[in-house]
Amino acid sequence: MDILTFMQQMVNGISLGSMYALIAIGYTLVYGVLRLINFAHGDIMMVGAFTAYFAHASGVPFGLAVILAIFAAMVTGILTDKIAYKPLRDAPKISLLITAIGISFFLENLFNVLFGGVPRAFSAPDYMTKILHFKGMYIPVTVIIIPTVTLILLFIMLWILNKTKYGMAIRSLAFDIPTVKLMGINADFIIMLVFAMGSGLAAVGGIFYAVSYPSIDPLMGVIVGLKAFAAAVLGGIGSVTGAVIGGFILGFTEIVVVAFMPELGGYKDAFAFVFLILVLLFKPTGIMGQDLERSRF
Amino acid sequence: MLKVKNLEVYYGVIAAVRGIDFEVKEGEIISLIGSNGAGKTSTLQALLNSIKRKGEVVFGGYDTKNHKTHTLVQKGLALVPEGRRVFINLSVEENLRMGAFNNDENYEHLKDEMYKLFPRIGEKKSQMAGTLSGGEQQMLAIARALMSEPKLLMLDEPSLGLAPKIVGEVFETITRLRDEGITILLVEQNAYAALSISDRAYVLENGEIAISGDAKDLIGDDSIREKYLGG
Ligand SMILES: Nc1ncnc2c1ncn2[C@@H]1O[C@H](COP(=O)(O)OP(=O)(O)OP(=O)(O)O)[C@@H](O)[C@H]1O
Ligand SMILES: [Mg+2]
Repeated sequence: MDILTFMQQMVNGISLGSMYALIAIGYTLVYGVLRLINFAHGDIMMVGAFTAYFAHASGVPFGLAVILAIFAAMVTGILTDKIAYKPLRDAPKISLLITAIGISFFLENLFNVLFGGVPRAFSAPDYMTKILHFKGMYIPVTVIIIPTVTLILLFIMLWILNKTKYGMAIRSLAFDIPTVKLMGINADFIIMLVFAMGSGLAAVGGIFYAVSYPSIDPLMGVIVGLKAFAAAVLGGIGSVTGAVIGGFILGFTEIVVVAFMPELGGYKDAFAFVFLILVLLFKPTGIMGQDLERSRF
Repeated sequence: MLKVKNLEVYYGVIAAVRGIDFEVKEGEIISLIGSNGAGKTSTLQALLNSIKRKGEVVFGGYDTKNHKTHTLVQKGLALVPEGRRVFINLSVEENLRMGAFNNDENYEHLKDEMYKLFPRIGEKKSQMAGTLSGGEQQMLAIARALMSEPKLLMLDEPSLGLAPKIVGEVFETITRLRDEGITILLVEQNAYAALSISDRAYVLENGEIAISGDAKDLIGDDSIREKYLGG
């Protein structure tokens, strides 16, 4: 193993980790406010990727297609909350979870019926697919663009959460919903913001995924979604920074395993779940997590 | 300012509040006293539509029937909930910001006022609210409620779990707030302290109003003294 290959793999790991991170943030935000593992989240990512695909294929410039995709994912996320989750706010958490699984199946099958299950090649513009040669390494520009955009989005998220009153409301909501209402805050509006932010980030993650593995299909959100969920748990569900850390750990592990232990390559998808099981066994609150279960009185 | 008619609260088939009437006039301190389970907290939550209720609640001329909790708070009703319920994972200052969620213009000014009113929380503004003592949390909870500049401030057992000296401070503050023009509805088990600062009071027993009248008459009343003031 020479240093070049090593660097190359690091770069790939950062890029894959970024995608998981972007998607994991949505799981962690929704879990934080509703104690719901939003199983439909991976499918919302898929909606984003499909929107970008169709918009771009019909001649819309890529940048605009990305914005449309973010918008479509946000609308899907907000609608699932309003239609499916909101009526169950006071219901047992298990009902909410089953509903989320139902929404996930619904979205997957809806897209299957509408667009067919055959993977479609995702064509990104040249500036996204270029490959740079740098000191003997082959660096696709995506591996620079993806982490850069991810970091920018992460800082925006952290700024919103820590510095704005909306972010403070989101953090309060994680602990005490009735008291948030006593502040004159429309809790449902804040929950809507959470779904909008998480879904928008998932769309970006989905597009990055589509550009890197250049195809999309209605089931693309299943395995990526599960892995991002594992990343969120690993980092500490409820913590945005944790979700990002978890995403990177997962991305790196996967790349490293495939690169250095090719004989284990076939199991690469399994590592996320090995992590998941280990975390749940030994440190259920994850790396950055607070004990949210006990914290809401 | 607040007129309540035939207010009822049920938890399933259990009646917690059984058709009570009461009134709070502008500038008054009214207390609602009663022992554990009398229905005091249920009454306050019902006023804010935080729980299902029957009956009529008119606040400042509005029928509050179809309003959500957060819109009633925006209209000038504020509640300091039982057990303080400060946001333990937010700093003191952020707690105040939450109280002023719909009051951006006056936030900075009010915040300084609160630090003047409660110097002790002013010294700890960037500390997590969960690390404050019980008394400090109570002060923060009151300050947070005041950040919305309410017309009517409701407090649910502010003396709960506080040392007598701190109780005195909190009640002094309540009187001061009234003098500054905020109407007060005070719920207490600590009947003596409550009656001593109130204009009028209602005694709640098993979800019904058993006695009501001027606070100074109630303080002298033998049956009240026996039941609520410890003989
Ligand atoms: N969520 C609930 N579900 C069922 N019953 C409830 C609920 N909340 C209160 N109750 C019942 O309603 C009655 C009134 O309760 P409430 O909390 O209003 O009393 P309180 O006067 O505030 O008492 P305390 O001084 O102990 O706070 C009690 O009998 C209580 O058991
Ligand atoms: Mg009570």
